[in-house]
Amino acid sequence: MKKVMTGHKAVAEAMRQIEPDVVAVYPITPQSEIAEYYAQYVADGLVRTELVPVESEHSAMSACVGAAAAGARVITATASQGLALMVEILYIAASMRLPIVMALANRALSGPINIHCDHSDAYLARDSGAVQIFAESAQEAYDYMVMAQRIAEHKDVRLPVIVNLDGFTLTHSSQVVETLPDERVKEFVGEYEPLYPLLDVDNPSTWGPFAMPDYYFELKRAQQAGMEAVPEVFLSVQEEYSRLSGRPYKGFFEAYKLDDAERVIVVMGSTAGTAKVVVDELRARGERVGLLKVWLWRPFPRAEVAEALSGAKAVAIMDRALSFGNMGALYLDITSAFAGREGPTFVNYIYGLGGRDVPAEHIAQVFEGLEDAVTGELRYLGLRE
Amino acid sequence: MVEIRWHGRGGQGAKTVSQILAQINLREGKHVQAFPEYGPERSGAPVRAYNRISEEEILVHSGVYHPDIVVVIDETLLDSENPTEGLKPDGVLIVNSSRSEAEIREATGFRGKIVVLDATKIAREAGTGFPNVPMLGAVVAVLGTDPAIAEEELKETLSHRLPPEVVEKNIRAFRAGYEAAKGVYVGG
Repeated sequence: MKKVMTGHKAVAEAMRQIEPDVVAVYPITPQSEIAEYYAQYVADGLVRTELVPVESEHSAMSACVGAAAAGARVITATASQGLALMVEILYIAASMRLPIVMALANRALSGPINIHCDHSDAYLARDSGAVQIFAESAQEAYDYMVMAQRIAEHKDVRLPVIVNLDGFTLTHSSQVVETLPDERVKEFVGEYEPLYPLLDVDNPSTWGPFAMPDYYFELKRAQQAGMEAVPEVFLSVQEEYSRLSGRPYKGFFEAYKLDDAERVIVVMGSTAGTAKVVVDELRARGERVGLLKVWLWRPFPRAEVAEALSGAKAVAIMDRALSFGNMGALYLDITSAFAGREGPTFVNYIYGLGGRDVPAEHIAQVFEGLEDAVTGELRYLGLRE
Repeated sequence: MVEIRWHGRGGQGAKTVSQILAQINLREGKHVQAFPEYGPERSGAPVRAYNRISEEEILVHSGVYHPDIVVVIDETLLDSENPTEGLKPDGVLIVNSSRSEAEIREATGFRGKIVVLDATKIAREAGTGFPNVPMLGAVVAVLGTDPAIAEEELKETLSHRLPPEVVEKNIRAFRAGYEAAKGVYVGG
């Protein structure tokens, strides 16, 4: 059914349909309306979820860990500073292989205090061990929230999954979203089967153990195996979901008019939509331009991205967060995949920090700027200098 | 694609009607976006809201810089907000005012199409007090949207939060706004 709704509402709808056992949230500023909507669903008796309102985001993630270890299906939502406070426990959730799904309304980290969109919060959690997916639209945020459940809970993965959606641009903007019938979503996510739940008192298990130098390393390597299992699971969940929804999700990224493209932009999130409009305009004038929109950021599909870009002459990799003292993280992800072999020219654009708008004209400038790009250059888009 | 910018003051419901306009156009089979501009939220402070309406899927996710329609719910914003900024020369300016079209033209210097309606008076007479709904009626007229579809959607949306007699008053306010603007169309 097609409705006009904000990205927040789209995520909350997906959560209502999934109906997790536990949702633990804290309404920090800036939080999101996701928690508000969900609290309303609980109050109205639409879901049987145990809503745990806690005293901080640190506690929210802690409650998620406890509930997930006990054997519950758990979802939470946060943004910006809230994620920053959660990160300590997010590492623990990942190390305990707990399939907690989180919607992250991407907003700048303080300071200065800002609350508007950028990806610095997601970048902060880059090495946490959580799987990270970026949505272009409210529709994709809805779809990936449903898919995330299956990816997180797959027995070979068992990791937290973050679904990123751009703050304000997607979260507060009303768009057309087609939701699935409740029962279809319920069938798709299925009954949750926890592994070694703490509440199974007949089969006691140890969670969150101490691990000294003799075992810590091996445990971390095992955690990496969970990440390594993600790509295959991601593709099969996409395939199944595409059949269910009729919306084509195929691959770790969307290749938009990429086949014969000489100049390419790589970007994550809502800016990809604006970039598609620019690609279409330039294509209409005969320019061979294309777009690679990253869906799956962690684990990063290095080989596939490198393959998709290998035919291009020049590539602009756009990071919506600074990695102080170095190139942007996405830039390094991609260029490192080309280490030791010939590849296109790569230039890094830092853009849209703290909600700086990204109009089509700026994207057109990026394509134009690729004419004289030099690998290793760091440029700032839409910055007053 | 038609792009719309709403100017109002916090509490006047610019965001609400931009949202309802999106729903109306979805009901008509269009692709839509509605989004507010967020700043410090204070009652009475100038606020902006935006719409995009298109036959094609809307992919762009940036702000609106060159609107086809500008709607001014609060006339005092004509002086402080420069609402005609970026408005396309062949666009439409819709202003809530008791002044004449000529006076608004002089005050704004805008040379394109201007629709003036006294939405405050319409709202008062309808018994609702909120000028945003007659202004929504005016925008629906300027877009050439089927008013019956618009009324259906408005009625359905308002019925979720208002009692039937208040919904009815709003429908009257909407109709009066629609009638006041009928005959001027965007792009045509």
